[in-house]
Amino acid sequence: MRIVHYVNQFFAGMGGEDSAGTGPELRDGATGPGRKLASLLGDEHEIVATAICGDDYAASHAEFAAELVAQARERGAEMIVAGPSFTSGRYGMACARIAAAASEAGLPALASMHPDNPGLGEAAGTTVVESGLTARHMKDSLERFAAATLKIAAGEELTAQDGRIGPVARTNRFAQDSAAQRAVALVLTRLGGDRDASEIPLPDFDQVTPAAPIENAAEALIALVTEGGFVPFGNPDRLESARATKWVRHSLDGIDSADEGAFMSVHGGFSTVWANADPNRILPLDVARVLEREGAIGRLHGEYLGTTGNGTTVADARRFGMEWAADLRQQGIQAAILTAT
Amino acid sequence: MSIAKRVGAPRIVPTRGIPFPAGDPELGPEQERAWRRQLLERALHAIATPVTGPTVFDGDSVQ
Repeated sequence: MRIVHYVNQFFAGMGGEDSAGTGPELRDGATGPGRKLASLLGDEHEIVATAICGDDYAASHAEFAAELVAQARERGAEMIVAGPSFTSGRYGMACARIAAAASEAGLPALASMHPDNPGLGEAAGTTVVESGLTARHMKDSLERFAAATLKIAAGEELTAQDGRIGPVARTNRFAQDSAAQRAVALVLTRLGGDRDASEIPLPDFDQVTPAAPIENAAEALIALVTEGGFVPFGNPDRLESARATKWVRHSLDGIDSADEGAFMSVHGGFSTVWANADPNRILPLDVARVLEREGAIGRLHGEYLGTTGNGTTVADARRFGMEWAADLRQQGIQAAILTAT
Repeated sequence: MSIAKRVGAPRIVPTRGIPFPAGDPELGPEQERAWRRQLLERALHAIATPVTGPTVFDGDSVQ
């Protein structure tokens, strides 16, 4: 089978964070961990090209995945594999997006990452195999990745025994016992000590490692962001009032206050009467400008990022957060103040 | 605030109500602006302070 392998800028040998803004490209043959992967896959399969993209670029330009998949198809790819991305969040999200885009295009696909990788939430509709925590586990991770690749190339389903992780599409099946019997059995299992037993696994909130503090706010570039449904009056982007699937950005240049009639909130989870009477109650622009003039804030970022946090899925919220972080980092922002409703 | 802690927000400044995170409509215009200023000053203090996990910055942590 002709396989295209995805890696980020780091594993392609292009550099670390300084090169994270690199755009997507396709390179002939196997690169970096792809060389070892190719040898593990044997003579039946060939890595014909390596797809590469910088982590920040991939996190803030979701369309990179479809672009690379289209390029891979032009090169005759019959399967796309991505990773391993270990616990690297942006890289994991990129791997999940590439594999999902390939699956959507009708190509067999596989991504490799650790179960704690936040990118796992993006992997709906595709297959993910477990990797180790860090690149120190490259050897084991590649062996498992290669075995899973061979299985999928042969048209077989990956199982938990093969290291399959992540969302598996829910399908209907006939159970032997009635719902009442299964409920009682589940209670007994839990009383027996298995506190996590369930027929419906719940979403997992990942651990967040706090960022290091900034040295001095008076010299920092600081952004205001919010999930309060804060939009320009009239909501030109039609941001959703609940279950948001997107986020918006708008310029704050030359604006000293979020005045009534200029901005509003479309949040559907609370009464917006107070927010609309004085939108500074959602995005504290008036006071932030005063603090900027007084020198307590070095400089305020020239735009805000916003969405609606109301019944938003964990996967979407996680994606927004990673996209915001990548976007803000690219623009040199040192800290963000998020108002939450 | 309990949700912010549970999902792991590292630096948290408590406010007075869900519909107005950066305000308090009970106050007069001048007082409300002073309250908003206090909240932002707490936020600026928070982002310049090292933390190891979800940490609440209420009035007590600001000089």
